[in-house]
Amino acid sequence: MNTTDLKRMAAGDDAHARTLAATLGQEAASRGLLDVAVAELDSPIGRLLVAVTPRGLARVAFEEEDRDRVLAQIAKEISPRILESAAATDEARRELEEFFQAERTRFAVKVDRRLIRGIARDVLRATSAIPYGRMSTYGAVARQIGRPTAARAVGRALGSNPIPIVIPCHRVIGASGALTGYAGGLERKIALLELEGSLPGL
Amino acid sequence: MRASEPIPPFQDLLDRHHTAVYRFCRAAVGPSEADDVFQETFLAALRAYPRLRDGQHLDRWLLRIASRKAIDHHRARGRRPIPSDGLPDRAVRQPESPDDALWSAIAALPPRQRVAVVHRHVLDRPYREIAELMDATEETVRANVYQGIKKLRELIA
Repeated sequence: MNTTDLKRMAAGDDAHARTLAATLGQEAASRGLLDVAVAELDSPIGRLLVAVTPRGLARVAFEEEDRDRVLAQIAKEISPRILESAAATDEARRELEEFFQAERTRFAVKVDRRLIRGIARDVLRATSAIPYGRMSTYGAVARQIGRPTAARAVGRALGSNPIPIVIPCHRVIGASGALTGYAGGLERKIALLELEGSLPGL
Repeated sequence: MRASEPIPPFQDLLDRHHTAVYRFCRAAVGPSEADDVFQETFLAALRAYPRLRDGQHLDRWLLRIASRKAIDHHRARGRRPIPSDGLPDRAVRQPESPDDALWSAIAALPPRQRVAVVHRHVLDRPYREIAELMDATEETVRANVYQGIKKLRELIA
């Protein structure tokens, strides 16, 4: 017996280790040990990351957002018990897929607003009420939350939306009709508004 | 002294350390029990995670849990039989490879010797670190490894 025999024997089967690791999220969720389930999905506006807690959907991130930073922020502000799980994110992913196939005009999935701070709470609550296929303006949202002069602050709050698409900040545009900005990039804003049939002129 | 580090997302821990933890489990409890001990280890870690205050040295923290789980698991299942020539099923099985014989011999070691041998000779950890992982003194761990290797040599003559 030689100790190199021991070493050779323990190596290998790293692929099996990966398979096992991939089942952990589901095991943890079924035991109530998972605070945040994450998964990715493909969409016409790129790959999306979703993070779901027992309270609801807490985060939708576009593919350019740095995954490590997104997860680190969730770890800090919600809980570090984050694992990938397809099953625990199933409802949110399915609704988003239906939305992109134009088969869904409103989301039923609950949202977890813990990543929303300060004035953004009011702004995004007002934004959630803008119906599919309609648009509002920064000024109108500002008036709605009782801060008629705060259009800029409204813009910033919309830019910080942790749950884009589901909280439809893409439906807020400039008073002149200019689409102005979008945290996920103007092209995405256009794609979302086109999907909803809001941009007949384009 | 370094300041404490933020607690990383558990998925990072899993991504970074699942290979090392699985290798340890496989060597310490054998391939057929490794999956259970692997899962028990990570679920126990997840259970304890909210109470963790420092994100440093989480690999060692995980391996401490894995070491404990491997020892408990082994105890719970009782010692495996030591293979000897003339087992009734020997004839119908594939000819035993040297690795099979080695697995059986490792399985026959008392749990603490087994875990200590795996940390030292499979995963190449220094005695100081093994002592920490096994909540024991360095002398005890050296003795565990010495006795374990001695016994393995006897079993695989």
